[in-house]
Amino acid sequence: MAAMAAMAAMAAMAANDNESERNLMDSVKPKGKCGAEAAPRPGPARLDVAQVRERLQAKKGPEFWRSLDELAATPEFEELLHREFPRHASEWTDGVSRRRFLQLASASLALAGLTGCTKQPNEPIIPYVRQPEQIIPGKPLYFATALTLGGYALGVLAESHEGRPTKIEGNPGHPASLGATDLFSQASLLTLYDPARSQTILHTGRPGTWGGFVGEMSARLRAVQALGGGLRILTGNVTSPTLTAQIQDLLRATPGARWHRWEPAGHHQSFAASVRAFGRPLETRYDFSKAKVIVNLGSDVLCEGPAGVRYARDFSEGRRVRANRPEMSRVYTVESVPSNLSTVSDHRLQLPPAQVEGFTLALAQALGAAPAGGPALTDPNIQKWIQAVVQDLQANRGASLVVADEYASPAAQVLVHAINQALGNAGNAIYYLEPLEADPVDHVRSMAELVRDMNAGQVELLLMLDGVNPVYTAPADLDFAQALQKVPLRVHHGLYEDETSEYCHWHIPAAHELESWGDARSFDGTVTLIQPLIDPLYGGKTSHEVLGALSNQPDATAYDLVRQFWSTRLPGLTAGLARAAQDTTGSGGITTTLGMGGFSGTTGGSWGPAPGAAGSNGSGSAGGDMASGAGNPPGTGGTIDTNSASATGTGTGAAGAASAATASGTAGAAGDAFEAAWRQALHAGQIPATAARRTTAAVAGGAAQQAAGEIAAALSRSRPGQITLLLRPDPTIWDGRFASNGWLQELPKPISKITWDNALMVSPKTAERLKVTFHDVVEVSAGGRKIESAVWVLPGMAEDTAVLTLGYGRKRAGSGTGQGFNAYPLRTTRSLWTVPGVQVRSLDKRYTLACTQNHHVVQGHEVDEDELANREAQRRHVVHTGTLEQFRRNPEFVREEREAPPPDLDMYPPYRYDGHAWGMAIDLNVCTGCNACVVACQSENNIPVVGKDQVLAGREMHWLRVDRYFYGDLDAPQIHNQPLPCMHCEHAPCEVVCPVAATVHSDEGLNDMVYNRCVGTRYCSNNCPYKVRRFNFLRYSDKETPVLELINNPDVTVRMRGVMEKCSYCVQRIEEAKIESKVEQKPIPPNWLQTACQQACPTRAIVFGDQNGREWEVRRWKEDPLNYGLLEELNTRPRTTYLAKLRNPNPLLEPAAEGAEHGHA
Amino acid sequence: MQIFHRSTNTIAKVSIFGSIFFLAFFAWVFSTLLRSSYVTGQYVVKKQPVPFSHEHHVSGLGIDCRYCHTSVEKSSFAGIPPTETCMNCHRQIWTNADLLEPIRASYRDNVPVQWTRIHDLPDFVYFNHSVHVAKGIGCVTCHGQVDRMQLMFQNASLQMEWCVDCHRNPVKNVRPREEVFNLNWDPSQPVDYRKYMPLTAQQASDREWTPSAEDVSRLHAKFAKEYNVRSLTSCSTCHR
Repeated sequence: MAAMAAMAAMAAMAANDNESERNLMDSVKPKGKCGAEAAPRPGPARLDVAQVRERLQAKKGPEFWRSLDELAATPEFEELLHREFPRHASEWTDGVSRRRFLQLASASLALAGLTGCTKQPNEPIIPYVRQPEQIIPGKPLYFATALTLGGYALGVLAESHEGRPTKIEGNPGHPASLGATDLFSQASLLTLYDPARSQTILHTGRPGTWGGFVGEMSARLRAVQALGGGLRILTGNVTSPTLTAQIQDLLRATPGARWHRWEPAGHHQSFAASVRAFGRPLETRYDFSKAKVIVNLGSDVLCEGPAGVRYARDFSEGRRVRANRPEMSRVYTVESVPSNLSTVSDHRLQLPPAQVEGFTLALAQALGAAPAGGPALTDPNIQKWIQAVVQDLQANRGASLVVADEYASPAAQVLVHAINQALGNAGNAIYYLEPLEADPVDHVRSMAELVRDMNAGQVELLLMLDGVNPVYTAPADLDFAQALQKVPLRVHHGLYEDETSEYCHWHIPAAHELESWGDARSFDGTVTLIQPLIDPLYGGKTSHEVLGALSNQPDATAYDLVRQFWSTRLPGLTAGLARAAQDTTGSGGITTTLGMGGFSGTTGGSWGPAPGAAGSNGSGSAGGDMASGAGNPPGTGGTIDTNSASATGTGTGAAGAASAATASGTAGAAGDAFEAAWRQALHAGQIPATAARRTTAAVAGGAAQQAAGEIAAALSRSRPGQITLLLRPDPTIWDGRFASNGWLQELPKPISKITWDNALMVSPKTAERLKVTFHDVVEVSAGGRKIESAVWVLPGMAEDTAVLTLGYGRKRAGSGTGQGFNAYPLRTTRSLWTVPGVQVRSLDKRYTLACTQNHHVVQGHEVDEDELANREAQRRHVVHTGTLEQFRRNPEFVREEREAPPPDLDMYPPYRYDGHAWGMAIDLNVCTGCNACVVACQSENNIPVVGKDQVLAGREMHWLRVDRYFYGDLDAPQIHNQPLPCMHCEHAPCEVVCPVAATVHSDEGLNDMVYNRCVGTRYCSNNCPYKVRRFNFLRYSDKETPVLELINNPDVTVRMRGVMEKCSYCVQRIEEAKIESKVEQKPIPPNWLQTACQQACPTRAIVFGDQNGREWEVRRWKEDPLNYGLLEELNTRPRTTYLAKLRNPNPLLEPAAEGAEHGHA
Repeated sequence: MQIFHRSTNTIAKVSIFGSIFFLAFFAWVFSTLLRSSYVTGQYVVKKQPVPFSHEHHVSGLGIDCRYCHTSVEKSSFAGIPPTETCMNCHRQIWTNADLLEPIRASYRDNVPVQWTRIHDLPDFVYFNHSVHVAKGIGCVTCHGQVDRMQLMFQNASLQMEWCVDCHRNPVKNVRPREEVFNLNWDPSQPVDYRKYMPLTAQQASDREWTPSAEDVSRLHAKFAKEYNVRSLTSCSTCHR
């Protein structure tokens, strides 16, 4: 008892230390009255690339390395190897006097005993008044809906616990998702709850009312109509059929009105390229499943754009190598900025942007797609590349694919169209769709026209819908803010009060997509319905409702409007009506005629737990049935609040009105037919047979020639030593719209691993030439515009190239205000994505960036001095790589490399697993490092956001991290990803050192973490070779903001300060599945259970399940010869294992001798 | 120079010896306090908006547990009846009773009734009703003779030692699934025993025969085997 009390006292003391640390950090005074002066946390030491080279000259660096620090074996890095947390993070260096220490210590000792004596307070228990049908308290429901980015929909299933959305999963029946999600859709849940969202209608900065807004709008609209013009609407990319129809109706009703569009990170260049190549705007889509040879000219299509999730899936199927299928596609990447796609490429060539386009030209010329001539790329390596790539492409005509970079110049993209056409790929691995927008326009021109008209005083009323933020995002040369002030009435509608709303008379808070009714098209044109999971939390309005206020429907809800739009258009409805006219017996027959063919198959998948497909945790479906299908979920998307229930009534009325045109005898039946079709569409989340038509198009005769000329001219203009700045959407906060989203801000960006900021990325050589290094602040100027930015040296960048992502440096963005550096001031209508010839001047300033690349370092061997001197053998068992050829010759090569200890090497009696034995395998071959799994894990497991300051101290809480390794040459490395959850070791080093048995082995092989037992000694984390344990140094989970409690998964404990946590293999899902199976009295169907990371993964790189179960996929993966355990030489027997990464290099580029290249030298 | 008088040696000895007793006493007080109903809330009746009598509704009227606690077989949460469930009957009977005014008000104004939770586990414990019911653990095992409780109270301590006691050796509490909701089923009574266990000729012939302790545990073991009831003591069974 006394020991317990002492332990508690210690824990309390430790906690108090941390608290006081935070307090002190907040109030660092230059001269404290008592005790030593509090020293501010030291910034990172300055590491020069020159120093790294110097050290590399002296001794060879490791083959696989995470950072330049590691390559150079800096003292800081060695420190991180030995201590998980940097010294200044774990030591008490704040100036606290001895006296204060004694005060705190005695107070905590005294209080420690008392804290154990809290009596649980009485808690209320609040039932419904009228319990909604379908809701079983304690069981989640899933609703098919959609989340959009840049106008394109990703079909998702949103999990709802008693009416609050808690998790986003992919919709297995939706073509854009196939059950997976990207990081944006996962994180949009946090945006929904974000307390920084705007919560009131603002009229000239003061709270206004919806009635006031509607009144003023109708009055002004009449005035505008009388004037004969002057209404302008500005939106982002709109694919929503309902919204388009609404806007077009409004335009028709208001003479002289115009609709402008501006999507900051939209498909401007490919639009222009398509117009130039085909004479009309077509949407280019890829079918990676049909491509054996892929040449990627700088794009990142697997992680960006409308179809990233789908492409990643198709791509991964061609890269999955197994013993019985030793085949894979071959991927060449030529790029200036390392992309996710390049990490899964077989060959990677880094070239400055002009030369990437030069490469495109040379490729086109060699394939006869462009006239020969012009300046050639003389570099022998590039020549060799072109030769090899051309040969490979020609050998795979019709089964190859050249992927253009969305951000490359239209000329280069025209050439890529020509190349694909010359190779006969068009119609196979690449195809074209009629535009998904009803009225496609060139956004840049549209924006320029708007500004021109605003300046000319022709705009009376500007309506900015759905979160467009042109003051921040518009091309800098347009000077939008200046022009905006000449508009007499400005209305902004968005999720946040932002830079634009500041200039507006009216600001209307927008409803989040999870609060709205709506529709949008996905990448292939499929119309995806958006249904609300919750009433607007902050009184937001949808764009449908704002537009309704301007037309004659001020009181129509979005539900009415969307339903009304589809009431006459639902496919299958016409058939149903025809049938209704014949069949007067009633609606029963009609319902069955609306089976919608093959489509109905997807509905089961979207709701429920079809084995291997949906597999959502527990059986979320309303039926509550696992595999039998008995008690099937009702065929409806359902609604969760009484509000919607009443809406259903009015909606039916609307539908009835709409069908009143038909013969009165069938009107009722038509309403029923619509109702059935509508419910089915809602349930599936999509409207069947709405995919866009594929079309054929030929590249116009002169287009390729003209493009070739332009590229040749640009190439001859480019001078070595001239820095080209590339602007790109940010991989986590996109164009800035997610700036207030902590999950995305704290997510280490793929490749660079920077959190909370953007930075000017340059290659090591360029950094040396510019005499800048990490954390230096530079001034970047071009054409008289300039910005400041911190520098990050990123191996893998092309020479003379810098890249800065958009979206940072926001002035008003909720909690993201002031983070990072604004790149938009350098972005003009002429240089949307590429700014050639920028000047980079070093300022004598430093800005500390929070990068996680050196956090949680996994070290292959014990480090002793000898090994430090020669680190060749390190990382031997961290990343295993090889080539396809090697694998074909000897499928067992990974096994032969492994140093797994004999199975009987064990001090303790072995565990026996008679029931389940959970395990995970991760296929490194298909992991693109997109990070969707990390956000999914964060959302599923209530993982808190800690803030930049804490990230700097190495205290980020992600249970799952994606380690990125560079391989080989400092100036041209290969890049590898390795997702790293808890290994759930059979011989877990953490278990044996815990003094209070807070981390213990379960009878199914899980390494359980018991929060309520943990006293925070952190011994376990010290002893974990994989560094997967996370400690709550402070109280990171937000319990003060009531709205943020709603986001928590009720099946996972919210951790407190002083508690250790780590990946649990989603034990809540395991338990739910087990309970389900026991209640149903059936075994868990194989592959039915998925962890959050697995479910989110677009490439299906993660598989989880019962190693004891014969039918489970995880077992097959574990038996694969490529399977290996991380650091297995330590005899930890990890339950999480990896499948080694294979490359399929072209022998022309990599002679066979190199074929022996793999994880260890 | 001697500061302390010789007699202080005795005091020192007594206090060293006494401290053992003192610590033991302290430990006893601590453990008794921790198990007291002051801390656990066992047997404590809490104030409710309506003094609902389980005795009246269950044994008096014979209403099944699942009429109100609808999700007990499907979900972790047994379910607290919505106001509508009360009104199913009380719109017909006792329509003017003062005691029921909060229920009528709730129904009228669409504002839920706020009951006080009786069985309140800590937030880091994940208990699931459905699986216990499916494994043949009767309501009465944890909740006690609810049909005799005029006002609801917590019958068990709900402390971890109490949970683990059964989780280590669950067989003794397993009953036929048919009897899960029967609060008065008692296998030591011949009538309840006979339904599920065949009697030997000797047992059948003996009019005075009652099942012995072994007979009863055979019955429990039979159903534990049939329902595949295992001892689950991994931490993640309850803590996630």
